[in-house]
This record gives sequence, C-alpha cells and structure tokens, in this order.
Amino acid sequence: MTDPVSIMDSPIHLDYQFTAGLAQSRFLKGLTEGRFLGQRCPKCGKVYVPPRGSCPTDGVPTTDEVELGNTGTVTTYCVVNVPFQGQSIEIPYICAQILLDGANLAFMGLIQEVPADQVRMGMRVEAVWLPREQWGPTMASVKYFRPNGEPDADYDTYKEYL
Amino acid sequence: MPDSPGSAGDGVLRAPHVLEYTYTRSLGPVIGGFLTALRDGRILGASASDGRVVVPPTEYDPLTAEAVGDLVEVGPGGVVQTWAWAEHPTPDQPLDRPFAWALITLDGATTGLLHVVDAGSPAAMTSGMRVTAKFRPEAERKGHLLDIECFVPEGGR
Amino acid sequence: MAGARGRRPVAVVSFAQSPQIRREDHRNEVEMLMPVVGEVFSNIGVTKDDMGFICSGSADYLVGAPFSFVTALDAVGVWPPRRESHVEMDGAFALYEAWTMLQAGDADTALVYCFGRSSPGQLDKLLALQLDPYYLTPLWPDPVALAALQAQALIDAGKATEADFAEIAARSRRDALANPAAQVKHDRSADELMKDDYVVAPLRRHALPPITDGAAAIVLAAGDRARDLVERPAWITGIDHRIETHALGARDLTTSSSTRIAAEQAGLGEAPVDVAELHAPFASQELILREALGLGEGVSVNPSGGALAANAMMVAGLIRIGEAANAVRAGRSRRAVAHATSGPCLQQNLVCVLEAP
Repeated sequence: MTDPVSIMDSPIHLDYQFTAGLAQSRFLKGLTEGRFLGQRCPKCGKVYVPPRGSCPTDGVPTTDEVELGNTGTVTTYCVVNVPFQGQSIEIPYICAQILLDGANLAFMGLIQEVPADQVRMGMRVEAVWLPREQWGPTMASVKYFRPNGEPDADYDTYKEYL
Repeated sequence: MPDSPGSAGDGVLRAPHVLEYTYTRSLGPVIGGFLTALRDGRILGASASDGRVVVPPTEYDPLTAEAVGDLVEVGPGGVVQTWAWAEHPTPDQPLDRPFAWALITLDGATTGLLHVVDAGSPAAMTSGMRVTAKFRPEAERKGHLLDIECFVPEGGR
Repeated sequence: MAGARGRRPVAVVSFAQSPQIRREDHRNEVEMLMPVVGEVFSNIGVTKDDMGFICSGSADYLVGAPFSFVTALDAVGVWPPRRESHVEMDGAFALYEAWTMLQAGDADTALVYCFGRSSPGQLDKLLALQLDPYYLTPLWPDPVALAALQAQALIDAGKATEADFAEIAARSRRDALANPAAQVKHDRSADELMKDDYVVAPLRRHALPPITDGAAAIVLAAGDRARDLVERPAWITGIDHRIETHALGARDLTTSSSTRIAAEQAGLGEAPVDVAELHAPFASQELILREALGLGEGVSVNPSGGALAANAMMVAGLIRIGEAANAVRAGRSRRAVAHATSGPCLQQNLVCVLEAP
C-alpha cells in the first residue's frame, strides 16, 4: 500500500442520562393517562403545551397545570412526499401544527383519515389515541389527529399562531 | 416551579441517550505525511525555520506561526519529559492494563509527543528516562497515531 | 478598539449562583437557571427589559443535544426580541463579550448567564473531544491525566511537592465552609489528605475538582447606569484573555504565559491586590497561576473555596468573577483579580481586575 494516507476516521460515542425535567415529566406523565397537560404563565396567562417550565416571553416559571382537551385547530400544515428511513406511514402524509383548544402554543402532529388535498388551515381536528394499554410517556401514545367534522375555525382565532 | 429537590420517585423521567457518529477527517500534506510515515513504521517531525523540529508536526510553527518546512525523521527512541501513572485505564484508552502517560521528546525533536508507556509499574518510570516506540505489526497499521501501540523502556522492562 | 482597559467604565452590579451540587437530575437546565436569573435581577430591582444585551456560556456537549443553549433563553424571556449572543465556553468568556459590547456603546447593561450539568454525561470522555483530533483525542486522555502530567512537570522542575497540593486542597475546602453555595467543604488537614489514594499519580483525590452541576449569572452596567443601580459597583479596570498553542507538547506546562500576558494587558501589576479568585480546577494549577499573576504572600487566594470546592463546567470561571466582585462590593477587598481558564492544562486564560469605587 503506497498511496499517502489522506483520511482519518474519528469515531465518537457518548452516553448520557437524559432528564426530562419537572415540567416535561408532568407532560409525559399526562400522556400515560391519555391527557394533554400544559402549564400557564402567571404573568401573561398563556398556556404552553408541551410545557418546559418557563414562559418564553416572560422568563418566569409557569406555575399552574392546565389540562387541555382532545380537540384543536390546524394552524398550518405541509404535505410530505419524502420517504425517511424506518417510516411506516404512507406517502404523501400531512404534518400539521395543531393548536389545542385553550392552548397558546401549537405543536406538531400527524393528520390522517383525510385525503392530503383536503387538509386546510383552520380545519378542526381531534386526537386519536392508541388503545389505553399502549399509552406511555411519549407523544407516540397519540396515533394521529383526524378531522372532527366541526366547521373550520375562524382565521382570527389562530392567526397569531402562524 | 417549586425549587425543592424532590426525592427519587417524584415522577421525574429519565432515559439513556446516546450520541454516536464518526467524523471522516481530511489530513492535508503535513498531518497526512506524519500518519503515512507511521503506517510505514517511521516517525516524522516538521522543521521550523530556526532548526527546531515540531513533533507531532503542525502546519504552522507553534512558536513563530510560520509555515513549517520539510518533514524529517525523528526517533524511534526518545526521552520522557514528564509522565503520570494511569492506574485505572478506561476502555477507550490505548492499553487495557495500568500504564504511564508521557510527553516524549523523540531523538531529533524539540517538542513532546503525547503517548503511553507500557512500563508495568510506576516504579519503572522516571522523568528523563529513555523509551522507544513499539509499532504494531505492519499488516495492522493504517495511518493512525495508534500505529504506535505504545512506547516501552529502552533496553526492555 | 478598547484594548484591555476599556474606554467606558463597566462594573459588575449583581451576581447570583445556584447551589453547586453533585447532581441535579430533577430539573433540566432551564429550570435550574430560572431562579438564578430571577435572583440576579431582583438583587438590583431590574427585569429582562432593562438589559441591553444578553450573553450566555454553556456547552451543548454536556447536554448531548445540539443548539440546546437556545432553549436556555426561556429562562430569560426574549420578547420583545433582544440583542443576544452565546459562547460555547465558560460564562467568564461570555462576560468578556458582554464587556466589549458595552465598550462599543451598543448597550449600557448586560445579562451574562451560564450553566452546566456534568452529571448526565461522561465528562472525562467528552472533554477529550476538545483536544487535537489527530494527535491527542485518539488516545482519549482524561483531564486528570493531562493535569497530572502538568503536576509531575512542576515537581520535576522543583517548583512544587505533593504536600503543596494537599495544603492548597485543605485550605480551599476549609474556606468553603463559609460559602453556602460551595459543594465540597470540610476541615481536614493536609496530612490527612495525603493519605488519599492516587487517582492519576502524582494527583491524589483531594487535588482534583469535584464534578458539579450548577448555574450562575452576572449583570454588568456601564458608567452612570452602574451608579444608579447600586451604591458600590465593582469596577472592571482591566480584562483580557489569551490562548496558547493547541500542541500540548510544544507548551511549557510549568508556567502560564497566557495568564501572565493577560494580566499585563489588564494592568494587574499596577497596584496590589488583596483577593484573588483563581479558576484552578487542580490544586497544582494554583501554584502556576500564582506565579503567572505575580501574587505575593499577602493575597487571599480563593476565599470562596475556588474550583476545588465547586467546579461546574462552563460556570466556575464566571463564579470567580462574581465572588471577587462580591468581595469588592462588600468592602472585603479594595482591588481583586479574578481568573478563568479553558482547555487542557490552563491552555486559555482570562484575567479580570476589579476595583472598589
């Protein structure tokens, strides 16, 4: 072997013990019980879900736990056509920002049970959970969100969350 | 949020998390020259403008910031400048038995190479002692610092 | 621009730290940081809206997640949007950036915060990632091994003995008894400590820093703003940092030229200091720093206990500045020096001189 050496591999492997922290642990615990738990900021009154323990606008601890229901509004969405390793969902699929009723923060979720070209901003949706015995401390306890048949939400009700 | 530390079992969730990746690093002519020579069983250093020889070679002289000149052969023997005894090696470290870390100024070099000395016990180590490189068998060398398996006291243990 | 002395007088007006503990595994980084930011503000009756600039120091590798430092801003609340920056370094270097921002006149106040939890990860291993990837990291030397090489070099040069390291450790942990935030504190003699086993010879357990989780914050203010906020600001009369070569074997490990130069630039030698807070995680390094800073016998070194009493990554350096500032503001010091370090064997060093009004 007479070619000069021009490349060196630097393998890295680091083990961590990740701590969800107090607020996120409450949220994940809620998922094991089939509930969406948020936290309210005592200063501005906003409800954050998932909560991280602080209000990102005021920088103060979020003190009150708030249980949110299963219904919400699609604030925006995208149609995904790119396959990824290990996926089990059919392409195309809808990835949406979902604003639960009573929340002031939208989170990402999968939309199913509706053709991709019929999803729209303002669409009203409900969470579809896995069977109770499969609930765990993970958002995977929620299979997806589907339209719940209500008339679309007024743009004014979610325009600040875009 | 309450500031009190809670006890274990207070509902805080924890999980193992692994960060794993392999960077593929390009070497360039200086570091590449050094590692190529290691693969060939030789140790090289970089010539500085005033005659100093930098080992392991850097692209620029650490003292003057000038670009270095030619790579020249150094070692394989040299002097231990300073050392420290690792009684409990970790699995990633070069040897699986206690060893000495050492900064070694190889013959012909001006700066120290960090490596390990398989001395057997701290009683066999002293600053100023001579050691020599023990290369892996040729078939196992690939152009890596650990083509030198370790250093050993010159004249054997 | 402003050199190391500055054109505008800038002072430390508030300092807060979390209890420095072995393991914070209930709260995450944001939850750990929030009370500290709250306290550094409430000390002087300000809020985030009074801060013209925010700068943080932390290391994503400690958390094991890229850009994790961004979420820490939730502990401050960045609405309306603020001018903000970050260094993947000890908060002391974030303070340096904030100081330069104030020198440039772009702000009159700054919040500097930092945090680090070492307990979740493999600290010894991940610190090897900051080393030369071709020549040092492949050997996976831990920070104790590197500090031990430096300590042995000191002993070989006739500049120290193992007993000296034990004296420093005994003094530091005894002084830490008076520091409610410190982690390791006890009243054990140097003779007793010398019975500890070696971890990596010539360093015994007592010569090593503890592994610490913690957070800290400082508020800087310039000129009249500082005088409006507090009666006794701790004025930064000089601040500078220097770095040595990455090539470990090309350095003289028994001296710290970068510390000496930073101190000269900061004007340390122009007048005596009475308190020195030195970021020396290993007892052996205190001797090197004392020499580089030209500290005489009369200087009180690390009255807080120093990094031997608590050594949160990314935090212990800022705490040195905070502790020195507290000493000045409380009238325990007329002129103090604070030092922070980064990298193996004191590779990079920051020197900050603080004076009473």
